[in-house]
Amino acid sequence: MNKEYNYGFLDEGSKKAIRRALLKAVSIPGYQVPFGSRELPIGRGWGTGGLQITLSILGDDDILKVIDQGSDDSVNAVSIRKFVTACTDVETTTDSEEATVIQSRHRIPETPLRNDQILVLQVPTPEPLRHVEPLESVTRKMHAEMDYSAVWLALYEDIVRVGEIEQGADYPVMVEDRYIMNPSPIPRFDNPKLHMSEALYLFGAGREKKIYAVPPYTKVESLGFEDFPFKIENMEGRKCHLCGAENVFMDEFFDAATGTKMYQCSDSGYCMKRRSEGMNHEE
Amino acid sequence: MKNEKTALTLKHLVVKHGDGCELCNNDESVLERNRCPHCKTIWAARDVSLQVYQGEILGVVGESGSGKSTLMKSLYMDMEPTEGEYFLDCYEQGQKNIFELSMQQKKYVRNYLLGMVYQNPYLGLRMFFSSGANVAEKLIAAGNRNVANMMNQCNRLLSHMEVPVSRVKEPPRNFSGGMQQRVQIAKAIANHPPILFLDEVTTGLDLSVQAKVLDLVKKIQLEYGITMIVVSHDLAVIRMLADRTIVMLDGKIVEEGLTDQIMEDPQHIYTQTLVNSLL
Repeated sequence: MNKEYNYGFLDEGSKKAIRRALLKAVSIPGYQVPFGSRELPIGRGWGTGGLQITLSILGDDDILKVIDQGSDDSVNAVSIRKFVTACTDVETTTDSEEATVIQSRHRIPETPLRNDQILVLQVPTPEPLRHVEPLESVTRKMHAEMDYSAVWLALYEDIVRVGEIEQGADYPVMVEDRYIMNPSPIPRFDNPKLHMSEALYLFGAGREKKIYAVPPYTKVESLGFEDFPFKIENMEGRKCHLCGAENVFMDEFFDAATGTKMYQCSDSGYCMKRRSEGMNHEE
Repeated sequence: MKNEKTALTLKHLVVKHGDGCELCNNDESVLERNRCPHCKTIWAARDVSLQVYQGEILGVVGESGSGKSTLMKSLYMDMEPTEGEYFLDCYEQGQKNIFELSMQQKKYVRNYLLGMVYQNPYLGLRMFFSSGANVAEKLIAAGNRNVANMMNQCNRLLSHMEVPVSRVKEPPRNFSGGMQQRVQIAKAIANHPPILFLDEVTTGLDLSVQAKVLDLVKKIQLEYGITMIVVSHDLAVIRMLADRTIVMLDGKIVEEGLTDQIMEDPQHIYTQTLVNSLL
């Protein structure tokens, strides 16, 4: 840790304010709590919401894992991990089972999370009503009145136009039958993991200055019509070419030279762990 | 009309923009038209009371700025009135003042019991959603979650409004003004609300299209027996549709009666000018 920084980079007052916003968010699952988003040495829109939450809740005993689109090694994940280690004393890991705090962008790890773990998600657009209503004053009122027909309407419009619901990532969910929430751009595949989960999910939007949460054992339902129910991406028949895993979320690689398609676990930590345990495609 | 059942009762509606001052709060004769010359408060509606009977069409006429739209917005709860009581016989047997309901209850009244067709289709429709989805929005708001069922209802309603089924997937911004207005009407009556408000529905449409829209309104009223309030500055429209008419001027009702009576024998000087300028 660089001693010239305050522990966790943010000053103690800011961390306290963010933790108070977190407490409110946990008390009202799915409700977006406004907070004063601080300046960080990373541009807004690059995970500052999640980062501020992470910095506010980390203590010396914590073990941190940072994920970007499932990967531990992409630029964004690496720089956030480096930044956090520069201003705290926490250890880092790529193993999701070892971590106590996981900051993630666009994925939830494949291995089910435990009650002693916290997943922090970076959120670009926290407001599920934003694409139908540009005014914040109006969308707040709509949430208060549970005026959610516009969210349903967008899904209905998809069915009218193309015969199915097109929304892939950031598929809206209803939390405890009260608030409709954007789960951040995780694939639909990850939506069911939020429902009655053992772990605490915290969502931070730095640019939009909002914090919200899904506490453990919360009812989280993905929206769907009676005759067009919510469906996850079909991963059947796909097998990771490195570790041989099936029924996990896969990235697709296309080799233009040979014209072949390959699949690989999107969760790189999970894939690496399986391989180190001696599982691979050949066996 | 005495033995008929009421559908809607409005008592002493007051809408003012501004705080009012000692002068204009106590004596309305100081107002210049509807504006107080001292504190600049606009009195958009001054003690408006009315009753509408079931299955009846009530016409509202008056010039621009006379408070017609204020009245409609208050009735459809687009606007919060300063004072007044509002009862609907189809809600809690007309015992509860609608203006005093919670936001959720007001939303229920709007979604289930009322329909509104705005003068400007941009206010009533989502121009970037398909026409079918626009009509379905009312059904979704009323809790329908079955796509096939909603699509059937939307197609039936829209073809009833002479919007060809082949264009249901198109957004209303592709349509002509008359056609947009017909989509709006289909949306407004999608839940079969007992009460429908029409705010200058034919303004800005050419004569032949006007006639078509008016025919449609008449047809709906006969078929579904919907109670309607029709606002227009066009006396010809009122004459064709309304059973009874009220005349508004500077936020007040200056005359009310059977439409024929008002057209043939206007009493108030303003109504006389209005009727004469028509001929």
